[in-house]
Amino acid sequence: MTTSLQKTPGGASTGEPLLSVRDLTVAFTRRGEPDSVAVDGVSFDVAPGQIVGLVGESGCGKSVTSMAITRLLPARGVRVTGSAMMDGVDLLTLPEAEMRERRGRDLSMVFQDPLSSLNPVIPVGLQVTEVLTRHRGMKKEAARAEAADLLDRVGIPDPRRRLDSYPHQLSGGMRQRALIAIALACRPRLLIADEPTTALDVTIQAQILELLKDMVRDTGAALVMITHDLGVVAGLCETVNVLYGGRIVERAQRHRLFATPRHPYTNGLLGSIPRLDSPAGEDLVAIPGSVADNLPWASACAFAPRCPRAVGVCRTTTPEAETSGGRLLRCHNPVPATAE
Amino acid sequence: MLRFIVRRLLQVIPTLLLLSVLVFAWLRSLPGGPATAFLGDRATPESVANLERVLGLDQPIPVQYVQFLGRVVTGDFGTSTITGEPVLAEIGRALPATIELSIAALVLAVALGIPLGYLAARKRGGPLDVSTVIGTLVGVAVPVFFLGYILKAVFAVELGLFPPSGRQSVAVDATNVTGFAVLDGLLTREFDASLDALSHLVLPAVALATIPLAVITRITRASVLEVLNADFVRTANSKGLTPGTVRGRHVLRNALLPVSTTIGLQVGLLLAGAVLTERVFVWGGIGTLLADAITLRDYPRLQAILLLGALVYVLVNLLVDLSYAIIDPRVRLS
Amino acid sequence: MTTLLQRKRKRVDDLAGGRSLTQEALRRLRRDPVALTGAAIVGLFVLVAVFAPLIAPYEATQSFPQLQQDLRPGSIPGPQEGFLLGSDQLGRDFFSRLVLASQQTLLVGVLATLIGLVVGMVIGTLAGAFGGWVDTLLMRVTDVLLAIPSLLLAISVAALFASPSQTSVIIAVSIVGVPIFARLLRGSMLAQRDSDHVVAATALGVRRPAVVLRHMLPNAIGPVVVQATLTLATSILDAAALSFLGLGDADPGRAEWGLMLAQAQALLEVRPALALYPAAAIIVIALGFTLLGESLREALDPKGSR
Repeated sequence: MTTSLQKTPGGASTGEPLLSVRDLTVAFTRRGEPDSVAVDGVSFDVAPGQIVGLVGESGCGKSVTSMAITRLLPARGVRVTGSAMMDGVDLLTLPEAEMRERRGRDLSMVFQDPLSSLNPVIPVGLQVTEVLTRHRGMKKEAARAEAADLLDRVGIPDPRRRLDSYPHQLSGGMRQRALIAIALACRPRLLIADEPTTALDVTIQAQILELLKDMVRDTGAALVMITHDLGVVAGLCETVNVLYGGRIVERAQRHRLFATPRHPYTNGLLGSIPRLDSPAGEDLVAIPGSVADNLPWASACAFAPRCPRAVGVCRTTTPEAETSGGRLLRCHNPVPATAE
Repeated sequence: MLRFIVRRLLQVIPTLLLLSVLVFAWLRSLPGGPATAFLGDRATPESVANLERVLGLDQPIPVQYVQFLGRVVTGDFGTSTITGEPVLAEIGRALPATIELSIAALVLAVALGIPLGYLAARKRGGPLDVSTVIGTLVGVAVPVFFLGYILKAVFAVELGLFPPSGRQSVAVDATNVTGFAVLDGLLTREFDASLDALSHLVLPAVALATIPLAVITRITRASVLEVLNADFVRTANSKGLTPGTVRGRHVLRNALLPVSTTIGLQVGLLLAGAVLTERVFVWGGIGTLLADAITLRDYPRLQAILLLGALVYVLVNLLVDLSYAIIDPRVRLS
Repeated sequence: MTTLLQRKRKRVDDLAGGRSLTQEALRRLRRDPVALTGAAIVGLFVLVAVFAPLIAPYEATQSFPQLQQDLRPGSIPGPQEGFLLGSDQLGRDFFSRLVLASQQTLLVGVLATLIGLVVGMVIGTLAGAFGGWVDTLLMRVTDVLLAIPSLLLAISVAALFASPSQTSVIIAVSIVGVPIFARLLRGSMLAQRDSDHVVAATALGVRRPAVVLRHMLPNAIGPVVVQATLTLATSILDAAALSFLGLGDADPGRAEWGLMLAQAQALLEVRPALALYPAAAIIVIALGFTLLGESLREALDPKGSR
């Protein structure tokens, strides 16, 4: 019944960012051990209706970034600094109760593992309706009708019956759809999806991505897409942030990033995925080493030990982020720009 | 659901049969053989020979087993060598006392253990958590009977707060209806009798509750800690649900699943603990019967209590499994 | 919500050293105050037991006329010159008995645990390694043994002996551990039967007993050590309970804490020390084994990197 498109006030056209993250730093503290910095001064903007990608291999800090913005990191053992402005308030300093008011209503999340992310002993229906009763003040019956409608919209067949199903009775794709329905229940203006397709079959992956895209278009929400998979980014995101070792190493419009990757890491990521347009017989190239080889950002480029283009300065000086022509780049010796 | 119940009921049958085989083998291994053991001090060569014929000990072993099974199923456990009474009648009389004590202890353990374990987990590493963990470790290290004596010495003998032993004061003229002293008082509106029975119940129940309390607290704490880290709790938080909803609907419900199994397992512990506690507080239940049977080598009684104890335990576990299926849809529907 | 954090830390830990699981567990144990407390308690008690004959001034069975002459109903001589903790109820030196009892108590606990461990291990290994009807039968019996409350089980086994002795106590207590160890071993065997290293060994033509002994058993050692440590505590407590019920060692001269505690219950008002000291010893050593066992369990749990 509520399939109408709802563009938020101050919509996509103004270019005013919906979410503005500045200098976000997250450190895990552990007694007797030095802090481990997972996210290191990350800044990015998300405009209404925009789809922004946060890309990197596991351990690069992309999930921690999203958890820090939504304040879902444990209170103890973690230190978060910087700011995340939304609607003129800093989400990072909001009192917990106010943050709870916003979570699920203004911004919501879709998680990676749909089975463990749903409560196993509660019917799916209640897991949808509890958001509606909490944030939209709906009565039980109205919420059930709306929940069925939501399940229907995310493509779950026979939604009325599914309301009484338990998570383990649904397929992986259905569970992810249910999670998306929950996240979209209150028509949030910001949706953060953390590897929403990683646990799914390839065919289901495509369906879910399509669904997310449709949902974002229909509701006018902004979407932050967190993934290690550039293939996901290619079909979805307008702007892509590439993270390495907790810092953004390159940011550009999607087509520019794919056409002319400048950072060797981005280049490596692109080289390691199969492409339809690459010449037959061309080998996929994996990035050597692992994040374990990282150098500290404080006195070097973290990627240097794994970088094919590393030069002497990469191991002695921190590369600063430089912006030119709408592209952010953090590299001493970038891949030469070809056709730009 | 029905199929689950039936399947689970059928699973109990081989367990019970095997149990009967073990008890039968045990009887055959008693010092001097079952007949001598069953007659105890009254054993004369003639009476032994007589009983051996009655018990069918001259028959081949499989026949003996079938006869034994027949006797057990019909509730014929023989007569006590101490009192000469049928064992089953003795047990029937003593049962309410033990059930009353066990329920009191279990209620105490559950009512304290679950909140304590939950609070400890929520404030992990805090002073309450640390003292709870230490308490649960010490709790299982204290011999139950010793704790009973200490409680008795301090709260009954020194401070005079509670009666030191027995179930009822002699002065209170209570009417016996069900055999459950506290309940009887309520039923007959003899409230002073109820109160008197309750005051007798306190110390033994506390002594008996210690170990189950420690175990339930620990399991609750561990379970809550695990659930607090679960992905679906993160989801619940990401929905902006109130802390109350997150805790009640998402954390507690899941955390209590393993706790319910633990509570079932405690019933066996209670039975064993009751043997010790009842002896300390002269309680007059099954535990007292058993303790006397051990001291005076009353094998018929021992056999009956052994069988019944295992039977109760098996049945309680069956009940726990069935109730588990009600709480956890994954079990019910798989 | 900390799963991510935990994964993160695990990764950091892995990166930090790339140590093996056992080394990692040992490292954690050395920094764990619970483990250290447990180890200190157990170590102290073992030391006392080893040097008991040197520490104790007299024999456990030696009675002294100067103590006996002051023994009266309702009065037992307290500490005095030459007798640090006074007399016991038979005019023997209480301190010497208390110290020497450490040997007997640890002996009962260790032997009972060992017997339960070996029998349970054989049953569990056979069941797990061979599966099929062997497994079904053995596990059914195990289940029934588990269904009998442990103290009841110990009582019924103890009752099979015409007269109680140290042997009967040890055997009765050891029965309690059998089904637990059997289940543990079987679970571990089953988990490994299809694992890569076992399949590989079998494929290479290693004979079955050799696969079980050399490839499967060693991997089950961790949980077994944990359970054995915890069983040491419950064995000592169960033995004390048997003594209390009159199924303990009938030798009146034997100095063992459970026996001493059981014998002193009636004298709680006359001389509480006679019950309190052995009780304290039992509680502390049981606590020591429990602390050690629990911290071992936590340290060996791969998920348990806090």
